[in-house]
Amino acid sequence: MTHHHLPRRALLLGLGAAATLGPARLAFGRAPGDARLVVVLLRGALDGLAAVPPYGDPAFAALRPGEAREPGTPGGPLDLGGRFGLHPRLANVHAMFQANEAVVLHAIAGPYRTRSHFDAQALLESGEARIGTSGWLNRALAGLPEPARGARNGLALGTDIPLLMRGPTRIANHAPLTAARPEDDLMARIAALNEPDPLLGPAMREGLAQRAYTAGALGPQPQGGPRPQNPTAELARAAGRLLAEADGPRVAALDMGGWDTHAGQAQRLSNTLGALDEALGAMRDALGPVWRRTAVLVMTEFGRTAALNGSGGTDHGTGGAAFLLGGAVAGGRVVADWPGLAPDQLFERRDLAPTADLRSLILPLLREHLSLPEAVIAATFPEARGFSTMRGLLRA
Amino acid sequence: MSQRAAIAAIRFGLGRRPEEALPADPAGWLAGQLRPGLATPLPLGLPGYVDIADALLRDRTERDQARLAAAAAPPAMPVAPQMPPRHLRLIGEAETRAHTGVLLATAAPFRERLVAFWANHFAFNIRRGPVIAAHAGHYLREAIRPHVTGPFASLLEAAVLHPVMLGYLDNNQSTGPNSPIGWRRNQGLNENLAREVLELHTVSPAAGYSQADVTSFARILTGWQMRPLAQPGGGVWFNANRHEPGAKTLLGRSFPEGERGAHEALAFLAGHPATHRHLAEKLVRHFVADAPPPAAIRRVEGALRDTGGDLGAASAALISLPEAWDRPLSKLRSPQDYVVAVLRAVGFAAPEGLGVAATMARLGQPLWQVPAPDGWPDTAPAWTGPEAMLRRVEWAHAVAGRFAGSADPGVIAEHALGPLANPATLREMGRAGSRRDALTLLFTSPEFQRR
Repeated sequence: MTHHHLPRRALLLGLGAAATLGPARLAFGRAPGDARLVVVLLRGALDGLAAVPPYGDPAFAALRPGEAREPGTPGGPLDLGGRFGLHPRLANVHAMFQANEAVVLHAIAGPYRTRSHFDAQALLESGEARIGTSGWLNRALAGLPEPARGARNGLALGTDIPLLMRGPTRIANHAPLTAARPEDDLMARIAALNEPDPLLGPAMREGLAQRAYTAGALGPQPQGGPRPQNPTAELARAAGRLLAEADGPRVAALDMGGWDTHAGQAQRLSNTLGALDEALGAMRDALGPVWRRTAVLVMTEFGRTAALNGSGGTDHGTGGAAFLLGGAVAGGRVVADWPGLAPDQLFERRDLAPTADLRSLILPLLREHLSLPEAVIAATFPEARGFSTMRGLLRA
Repeated sequence: MSQRAAIAAIRFGLGRRPEEALPADPAGWLAGQLRPGLATPLPLGLPGYVDIADALLRDRTERDQARLAAAAAPPAMPVAPQMPPRHLRLIGEAETRAHTGVLLATAAPFRERLVAFWANHFAFNIRRGPVIAAHAGHYLREAIRPHVTGPFASLLEAAVLHPVMLGYLDNNQSTGPNSPIGWRRNQGLNENLAREVLELHTVSPAAGYSQADVTSFARILTGWQMRPLAQPGGGVWFNANRHEPGAKTLLGRSFPEGERGAHEALAFLAGHPATHRHLAEKLVRHFVADAPPPAAIRRVEGALRDTGGDLGAASAALISLPEAWDRPLSKLRSPQDYVVAVLRAVGFAAPEGLGVAATMARLGQPLWQVPAPDGWPDTAPAWTGPEAMLRRVEWAHAVAGRFAGSADPGVIAEHALGPLANPATLREMGRAGSRRDALTLLFTSPEFQRR
């Protein structure tokens, strides 16, 4: 028994990690183009103070009566090491945190201060100084090694393609659900008739290629069954399975709505955070061994007001929370240059002040995780020189 | 069919039905649909505010009775599953059937497109709750439909001060912090409606309003809410006990306390030059091109400015734009428009409205369920995901199978597209192995998907 304890304790203390896991990581993680990146965009502005309550801040209780509980009390948060907690519905994220596979970031925001969902989302997806017609995640694909014949490096989940994934590099697209389809020959003639159309031609061609491609990876899909309870989890599971394929996509984008909690947010957020947590757990499980090479960025367009509004909700704010999850992440930490919640510490005396830029979090994912060439990074974020890069987010 | 007649039916309409006569004067045919008071083929007996409130009360009573029965049952007895709100659901189904029936059958399709445009401008989502869902048809019928060719100020007030919008954008709960209820229950503002009216419905961020304007406008709107069930009549009322006292300033103007404040502020915003500009750009983007030509925007903006915001004049200006009659058709039919156009082309008019709504959802655009208050996207790339395209093909194939027995594909192509049909499409249709395949090729051709 005793000789089992020593390596295990050493591992927990971080002493044995390099020796025990190093070679395995070298074997799995170092081939260029082997890393997986998933971006989950929470549309509608997640309330960071509810998802990651700063229970150690003395001003928190006055802003959020009823939410400012200590870990370990009924309905209290899951502890993140003394100052911050996680909403109790984020149990999978908390398990990742305890396994050193989750970095929780706070007081973070994009570069805009308009409090408009639509501008903020579009700027966050576009990654340029003005809202363009392509997204940074698509532009980043240009720096990945050529995919296998017929495969795509990028994958968008759901029936529409978010701006984040639109752009010059063709991507795969998957939404569960299939129907009786026309014969191959008719499909080919449909595709040929659409070929001259600059939008419909490529979309039709791509759709046909992907049906054949995803059908093999996912197996038969239920037809006309009941609507899934948690469609996001369905998409996340599908993303995990496709990314786990040896010739599958390397980068995936996934949307989730339901965060614009202007009223009665305690109940609504509890449901929505629970659904998000289930989806993240499902993706981890579906990725299997590839989880070790994966980083999942969960972000939202901005935070919400520090205080509750008149109807038990929160209005559009500024600084918020983000999560970086996965086996490739140097996790188990909260990263926050905490600005405080006292009235004169708030941004415009109403919102959590942003002290970190989401783009500083994205850059190391492109540079260190995906190992993109600097020229591609410059094209992905034309303003990349204007902001710093967060260090030490990923395992060496 | 002349090219102008085809463009009028496709770009400004919902697609031609087989029995529709060809207009000799396409622009005049469109202008005729802008006449106020034009009848819409809606069934009689759709619910008013009183009926909806009554259904709400009945659902609540039935729910309470079911709970009492469950509580009284011995523990070993199986408990009945929770009843869905039956009466509200029936209203929702009747309204959906009525609305999709109008889309398929109307002889004034341009007017119907305007209704859809403005319903998307004042977007809402029935998934926010059964009360909003039960009011959706009423909102379209009473708040949007009567105003699409009248003053924008009337449309704005009717849409914003309707239970659907007050519920969807949370004004029901917004409370003046210094109002009697605000004091007593320690409640306060919810600025959601105020922000979206400024940003999306009227002046847009181009007007340069500040956070203080948003907050101030939210104060102006306090008190406007859905009438509680305890009061008879349903609909909307102004609850002075929630209203923030005192005058308020919005975009440099002062607005009085009370009911009048919201009326005057909405009228002011409706007439603001930035609003005219914003509406003109959206109209031209919707009817002419994803990238709206600046000269066209200026003409529609001018029509709005010169008439004090008359939407009939703005719609007439759209018809008179030379760019609106250009080929090729560059806009993409959204999934809802696509479903309607295919079903109109085969002459479908059965009152199976729910099936139509289910198809719209399957193709990616469920009826009355926008993902966010800014409405459905109005540019082609948003709808051309590979998966979405394939779903169109699969559905078109299914429809073609159902109608192949009774339809001549060549005749349908001539009715639906006329001179806009691509020779290559007609050639492939002629070579197709079955009528079903020929119809599928027609409905999935690029020219049928464009408008």
